[in-house]
Amino acid sequence: MDLKKAFEHDEKTLLKPILESNRNYYITVCLLSLVVAWGFFAYFHQLRNGLGVTGLNRPVYWGFYITNFVFFIGISHAGTLISAILRIAQAEWRRAITRSAEVITVMVIFFGVASILMDLGRPDRIMNIIKFGRFESPLLWDVTSITIYLTASTVYLFLPLIPDIALMRDKANKRKWLYTVLALGWTGTPRQFHRLETAISVMAILVIPVAVSVHTVVSFVFAMTIQPMWHSAIFGPYFVVGAIYSGIAALIIAMALIRWVYHLEDYLKDIHFNNLGTLLFVMTLLWSYFTFSEYLTTFYGAEPSHMQVFWAKFNGEFRFEFWGMILCCLVIPGIFLSNRKLRTIKGCVFASAAITIGMWLERFIIVVPTLANPRLPYDRGVYHPSWVELSLLAGCFAFFILLYVLFTKFFPIVSIWEIQEGRKHAVAEVAGRVRSYLPDAYNIKNDVDVETKTFTNAETFIGNT
Amino acid sequence: MAKWGMVIDLDKCTACQACVVACQAENNVPISNPETAKAGRSIHWLEMIPFVDDEYPHVRMRLLPRPCMHCENPPCIKVCPVGATQISSEGIVGQINARCIGCRYCTTACPYTVKYFNWFKPEWPKGMERYLNPDVTVRYNGVVEKCTFCHHRLQKARDLAQYEHRELGPDDYIPACVQTCPAEAMYFGDLGNPKSTVSILSQSKRAFLLMEDLGTHPKVIYLSEGV
Repeated sequence: MDLKKAFEHDEKTLLKPILESNRNYYITVCLLSLVVAWGFFAYFHQLRNGLGVTGLNRPVYWGFYITNFVFFIGISHAGTLISAILRIAQAEWRRAITRSAEVITVMVIFFGVASILMDLGRPDRIMNIIKFGRFESPLLWDVTSITIYLTASTVYLFLPLIPDIALMRDKANKRKWLYTVLALGWTGTPRQFHRLETAISVMAILVIPVAVSVHTVVSFVFAMTIQPMWHSAIFGPYFVVGAIYSGIAALIIAMALIRWVYHLEDYLKDIHFNNLGTLLFVMTLLWSYFTFSEYLTTFYGAEPSHMQVFWAKFNGEFRFEFWGMILCCLVIPGIFLSNRKLRTIKGCVFASAAITIGMWLERFIIVVPTLANPRLPYDRGVYHPSWVELSLLAGCFAFFILLYVLFTKFFPIVSIWEIQEGRKHAVAEVAGRVRSYLPDAYNIKNDVDVETKTFTNAETFIGNT
Repeated sequence: MAKWGMVIDLDKCTACQACVVACQAENNVPISNPETAKAGRSIHWLEMIPFVDDEYPHVRMRLLPRPCMHCENPPCIKVCPVGATQISSEGIVGQINARCIGCRYCTTACPYTVKYFNWFKPEWPKGMERYLNPDVTVRYNGVVEKCTFCHHRLQKARDLAQYEHRELGPDDYIPACVQTCPAEAMYFGDLGNPKSTVSILSQSKRAFLLMEDLGTHPKVIYLSEGV
């Protein structure tokens, strides 16, 4: 294989989205900006008049905003966590997908934080959190761990970007000043590469406990209260599993869009979707197991205050959301991901879209029914989101997609240097690794021919499965 | 140190709701209207809650006046991120409206759902704003509020006692609801003093606490009816 030609091809293909923009791009940006502007208008309307413009009431004090908060923080687990796990596990198929995953994390966290700000009655007093902050409150745990997570994820996104930024500084002829500053004087010496790789490995390990802690404390906001069906010890791991589940689904959708829009069929291949789809299926089973445990223990224990919430979900006012969740998170992915014939790119994307919707419903089903069924027999206000809440949900989604699109126009969405490194070293490395697993006696000696052959066979093998 | 508490005798209570009205007037609680009530946004620091036993043959309707329970172990103050709701050394659970950021965590954490949120800037019918109680702050848009056992009355009573060079007497401080109750079904006083009326009544065989099993240790004690 001509390495130099391959490198040139990588650079040309992967830099193309940055160097050239067509009309569709501008139309997309305009449309998204319009939705974002509408979201801002809705927020200013709420800011001026108060939270009364939402559909919230007593006892449903929390609704769409808190649901969105949990949902967006969940999606953010796509990137950093998955990319870190794949890096540590030395999964070689990660090279083309880690970047697009990490970007999701960093971009979507902002909307998790924004959802909390939208939910505040007095956002002007936000500094009170620092002035009078009490660590006894789970909300402070959230503030702390989300701040750490955002910082760590940003660093973890930036580090592997450096060699690519340097490449753009040298090859692209636009925004040179920006790339020069961000490249931090990268010249690509072996010493720099060694340091970069050490830093990335350290961050990959560091970011995993942070990511787990983030969604655990998000669940603690609910689990620490004594409200029916919130006060549950399973919530920490349940939320983490749900977060990774929705995160992978979001990643598959993003990858499919990137592949389709930028014609990166060579880089984001069927095998990537197949592998992620398999992972997603494992998460489907895990999530279902947790859901089953949660609801069965509640049902069997049959405490009246819990059962009130339970029946509200099962066959009461929230039955559509509940069974919709089961359909989207269990039935559809169960059918499409368990079967190799249906686990095609289209099948994976369809299942992922269902999971994304289903996981939003799951968050809603956790937040609202408990509040709507207080222990004392009050008059229950029915919760229907107002246009403001719907607009802000749309605005958040549009803003997130807009930031993602803009990112792909500033930086390569598939890591160029990691692909090149894969071409250069990884093949030999993997062959060496496999050899090291085997019994030492009669092992095949280092031989370039054998290596290449092993690789070719392996590739055909993977391609056929 | 006093431990303020309330006893409500359900045998005497006629459910006339005079306490509810007195509370609204005393604490500058905005007046509700059918529209607000329908949206589930009325504020009542003290509210009548209906318990309906609708299973034949024991069909029965009970009404229970419900102020804040002023728990000894309040779930609401634990979760507040800014310490805007606190329990005083005398056991009164208060709300610092000027510090509250309106996250509504306390309102969701309270198992009795006694905390209320100002969804809009509170408004009064024209002319009514001239009759607001000057001792109680009018709340703003976007903050949480709740029953305070009329603790402004405690401050006033204490100032008066100090001015007259005497100890605070048992009848010097009572909340507006207790003062108003025409059936004399509500009692208020120091639960820490074994000789006080509330203390003696709290030991009655009829005494019960609302959702005692939650371990919140409410300082509002009910005396059951029909015994």
